[in-house]
Amino acid sequence: MTQLLETAVFPGPDREKRSGPGGVFYRPVSTLTKGSGLALGIAVTWFSILVLIPLSAVVATALAGGWAAFWDTLTNAQTLAAIALTLGEAALVTVVNVVIGTVIAWVLVRDKFPGKRLMEIVIDVPFALPTIVAGLVLLGLYGPRSPISWDVANTRTAVFLAFAFVTLPFVVRAVQPVLEELEPEVEQAARSLGASGRQALTRVVLPALAPAIAAGAALSFARAVSEYGSLVLISGNLALRTEVTSVRILTYVEGGQSAQAAVVATVILVVALLVIVALDVLQRRVARRG
Amino acid sequence: MCCSGGWRDVAETSVARPIARGPRGQVGAQGATKHLLRWVAIVYVALLVAWPVTLVFWNTFAEGLQPVIETFTDPLVLNSLRLTAIAAAWSVVLNTAFGVTVSMLLVRYEFPGKRLLNALVDLPLSVSPIVVGLSIVLVYSTTNGWFGAPLANAGFHVLFSTPAIVLATTFVAMPLIIRELVPVLQEVGVDQEQAARSLGASFPQTFRRITIPAIRWGLLYGIVLCLARSIGEFGAVKVVSGNLIGQTQTATLMVEQLYFDFDQEKAFAISSLLAVISIIAIITVSLLRARAESRSHS
Repeated sequence: MTQLLETAVFPGPDREKRSGPGGVFYRPVSTLTKGSGLALGIAVTWFSILVLIPLSAVVATALAGGWAAFWDTLTNAQTLAAIALTLGEAALVTVVNVVIGTVIAWVLVRDKFPGKRLMEIVIDVPFALPTIVAGLVLLGLYGPRSPISWDVANTRTAVFLAFAFVTLPFVVRAVQPVLEELEPEVEQAARSLGASGRQALTRVVLPALAPAIAAGAALSFARAVSEYGSLVLISGNLALRTEVTSVRILTYVEGGQSAQAAVVATVILVVALLVIVALDVLQRRVARRG
Repeated sequence: MCCSGGWRDVAETSVARPIARGPRGQVGAQGATKHLLRWVAIVYVALLVAWPVTLVFWNTFAEGLQPVIETFTDPLVLNSLRLTAIAAAWSVVLNTAFGVTVSMLLVRYEFPGKRLLNALVDLPLSVSPIVVGLSIVLVYSTTNGWFGAPLANAGFHVLFSTPAIVLATTFVAMPLIIRELVPVLQEVGVDQEQAARSLGASFPQTFRRITIPAIRWGLLYGIVLCLARSIGEFGAVKVVSGNLIGQTQTATLMVEQLYFDFDQEKAFAISSLLAVISIIAIITVSLLRARAESRSHS
């Protein structure tokens, strides 16, 4: 089975659970030897140089101009429109993914039909395909040369399609392993105790899947908010209409306005992190109740 | 989702037993729901992914083989492919070294700040490629970058050249190997490693003879994922490379430029090559994973 994403993006609950000797009562006890301590030092230094310091520089640059400059950039009409469009389309795509992703996962686990293996591979394509190629791919069917004469290039529908394409695997690959673990016998038991099909679905199946759906939704939203490559060819990047935040940041960078670019970048960094944290909290709450 | 009995039907067929009839014989309605869901899934995936991807190959060969041959003999195209190969190779080497080290530390050792490190290594996955590019521009800017200014004084220019492309590519692909290795390392456990150590093997011996063979499939598909991601990186590379034609243009940047220059046949040809590489990567990972799973079950 092609579960490229199962551990690629969802390491599973084990990673968290086993990370400390006492689980939630984790105490910072060090079992490092001399060699492993040195390795940790080198790894953390490399990670800081490559990731942490550059990202801190973005936030520092955004804050360096002071609150007034920060606010000025954010309330620029073109920037506001870009942020609103990105968040709106990302939310819409996430809702679509929650529904269709769960359906696809269900079909892959509980249904049998010829071509299922092909479908497994096709679902991972958006994850491995270069984003610029994804844009070109979508233009083939939904652009000026469309064989079904449905040209949506340079419209907001194109933004939606690009987001939907690149985020397709997230909910599917989050839900699929959980659904595989969920024995059909559990549903049968609920049914034999007198639950209707709808009750078995809403009381047994969906609560068990909810944490996985939430995790997939969070990744899907975060990915859509930060998407760039797949939009370049298909959305036209029209100011106030189809321009997303990533494109807005790039426009600032290319215009030499790093401070403004850093402000918008900080905002989408914070939004992506907030959504991930919020859904993580939600997921824990649901898991506890179940 | 109207019919009572739908989920029982599902339960029965998924374990490959004949379809049980519900109390009121609603097999028809249950089958209908199941078929509806199947077709919704197939149509959605076909319209969004399968058909459009097929069209790229179709468009590539629509004018025959000549444009394809022209594309892959064009020195600018070859140059961009070479640069992509260099960046991807560095990314794989650096991320493999970092990924193996961090995964071992996260799984085999306890230290203060471990949970923080565990959370932070996933960070690159949720950062926009454009923000990655911006962050590298800010620190390596030759005029006021934290690293860039001192490096420029020493005669090194990182931005708008290969080192910046390598940094951007390595940044975006960083978490992939760690995400593959951590669960594998947890699953193989420490028994064999401890046995080897207690019999007098040194750490390097244990690592080479016990740990690496135990995790090699996980490591291999982590590397394949990292390679696919590195080859496909676009946004971050676009920001840091300056997109200088023939010098700092990777294959993905070349696709964009060719498309906007109305050289669509070449854009399609390079895209097809990149698409083939990513599909091969997916199939390889799926085969490796099936192999790893069958081993762990036997």
